[in-house]
Amino acid sequence: MSQPSNLPRWATLWLMPVLNLFAALLVSGLVITLIGEDPVECLQLMINGAFGYPEGIGYTLFYTTSFIFTGLAVAAAFHAGLFNIGGEGQMYLAGLGVTLVCLGLDFLPGWVVIPLALLASMALGAAWAFIPGYLQAKRGSHIVVTTIMFNFIASALMTWLLVDKLIMPGSQTPATRLFAESAWIPMLHELAANLGIELPQTPLNATFFLALLALVLFYLMVWRSRWGYALRTVGLNEKAARYAGMPVSKVIIVAMCFSGALAGLAAVNELLGSTHRMNLAFTNGIGFVGIAVALMGRNHPFGILLSALLFGALTQGGLDLSFEKPAITHEMIILTQGLIILFCGALENLFQTPLALAFKQMTKR
Amino acid sequence: MDSFFSVLDATIRVATPLVLAALAGLFSERSGIVDLALEGKMLAAAFAAACVAYMMQSPWAGLAAGMAAGVMVALLHGIVSIGYNGNQLISGVALNMMVSGLTPVLALAWFQQGGRTPTLDDAARFRSVELPVADAIAASAPLKALFGHNILVYLAVLVIMAVSWVVYKSRFGLRLRAVGENPHAADAAGINVKLVRYLAQSISGALCGVAGAYLVLAQTGAFIQDMTAGKGYLALAALIFGKWRPWAAVSGCLLFAFTDAIQIRLQGSELPLIGSIPDAFIQAIPYVLTVVLLAGFMGRAVAPKAIGVPFVKSR
Repeated sequence: MSQPSNLPRWATLWLMPVLNLFAALLVSGLVITLIGEDPVECLQLMINGAFGYPEGIGYTLFYTTSFIFTGLAVAAAFHAGLFNIGGEGQMYLAGLGVTLVCLGLDFLPGWVVIPLALLASMALGAAWAFIPGYLQAKRGSHIVVTTIMFNFIASALMTWLLVDKLIMPGSQTPATRLFAESAWIPMLHELAANLGIELPQTPLNATFFLALLALVLFYLMVWRSRWGYALRTVGLNEKAARYAGMPVSKVIIVAMCFSGALAGLAAVNELLGSTHRMNLAFTNGIGFVGIAVALMGRNHPFGILLSALLFGALTQGGLDLSFEKPAITHEMIILTQGLIILFCGALENLFQTPLALAFKQMTKR
Repeated sequence: MDSFFSVLDATIRVATPLVLAALAGLFSERSGIVDLALEGKMLAAAFAAACVAYMMQSPWAGLAAGMAAGVMVALLHGIVSIGYNGNQLISGVALNMMVSGLTPVLALAWFQQGGRTPTLDDAARFRSVELPVADAIAASAPLKALFGHNILVYLAVLVIMAVSWVVYKSRFGLRLRAVGENPHAADAAGINVKLVRYLAQSISGALCGVAGAYLVLAQTGAFIQDMTAGKGYLALAALIFGKWRPWAAVSGCLLFAFTDAIQIRLQGSELPLIGSIPDAFIQAIPYVLTVVLLAGFMGRAVAPKAIGVPFVKSR
């Protein structure tokens, strides 16, 4: 999607995203200064909160897990030239899949329930993305608008289900009952304890390894398969793809389903990995962070891993920071996420012209 | 009959900010710039209006500040989309997130009341306009719902008429539509494409500013975190629902506002034949209708041709 540039490849792939990130953090720093805090001290507190002690690292990697899934979801659609803003809604519906399987079948052993819940999450996430995908491919409805609408419809639907149908009997808060322990995905500290290693108690769970596996599979599917070739061709030039005899509509629909299924897996990390019940706010903007993760990671699994880690650290470090500095709330992190999306996504070529000039000067000498 | 008029009254109150935001989106999108940032412009305006109206104790100062904040966010969207040819969709999403994050941070730093601003006194709000003549008419005729609103509601009616005149009858409107349909042809005819788009963005920001200010100065009386709650997207849906035409977009807003008003009335009550309808279903109506329309099942919604495509002057 980016314009051809006369910069060396490493500068486009590494230097520009870093510069864009730096610009975004600089603006955040200015806002922090404006409200009377010291940005450097805040940055230190954040880094320490995210990586400075084992518990912090556990939480960082837990958030990273969800962001890998939603980031891959956005990237999958981007490769087909589609902007899927519906990750939040797809994750919400996927949570319904997980919940229905668990509420109905969690008397069964874990090795039956957990795979079924995984499949249900991917199926419902994909189904919620299928409709906008189908409408885009067959009826030309703009995917951005339909996925936004589907976020709102998902939110209305889930509120109704949680408040009226799935709520724990006798409870006032709109949340389901706790799933049976057999359906919980093992926590990392439990797995480590089996091996005799002691880790602090964090929500980091085995879904993390699934996320790493998803990164590898994503790479293989998008860059090393016939389907991935068609996907990227449709994304780069739909007319050429059609001329080459590729089934464009089918590619678009499958890409959206793939995207929705990936977003759905984030619900597994949250519900089976951490909360073990469904509540109203479990998606908590994770679907939207996926947009930032994909843009920052340039839609490549390795980039997505790094940027998901960055956003995981921002989330965890930001939480720690807000305990130390009450003036810097979670909303500061939302502002930073927005700035990163702006600089890495919409202004990705901001530094291209000055950099190109600088390189030209250097090669002249 | 009485309940009908109270629903009508509520419809008008809810529709006003939607109408203003939808018309704001109309300018931006007709000029060829996708406007997902309506939400952010409104929220920024609501915050600025709340702060300034509180400090100056004047609703008019608040309105002016709201419009200025709306224009600022709009120009940021303009610099990214028009100046740097950036991705307009991403810019809109980013701006919405930025404003949603920035406003509560500033509110907390400046007023120390959580993420909100202090509640405004009556003197700093727009109250309903009392006209003796209107009261006399309203007493005799079932027109109560049309009177007793605040001044911004009547202003919005004027804005609707002005917008439809500007878009279809004025020289600027012709240029606006040309730039949104075929910027290269417009450029060849000597129109400054980027300037027209920047102007359209500014108008969009100012109208969103009024919409955001309305939420604070005429409804809640204070800024509350994320108080726009999807109204910007709803306005966008109404704009698409109205096929990017002023009067049709306004009808879309009225329809959506009506579903909102009726939802409050229907809460818990039983309808003949259908039984009780969950609130959530009525809440989802506008979004479902928009999807159905976009899918081409209710006539075709054709967007301005050049929408979302950055204009690069051909040499």
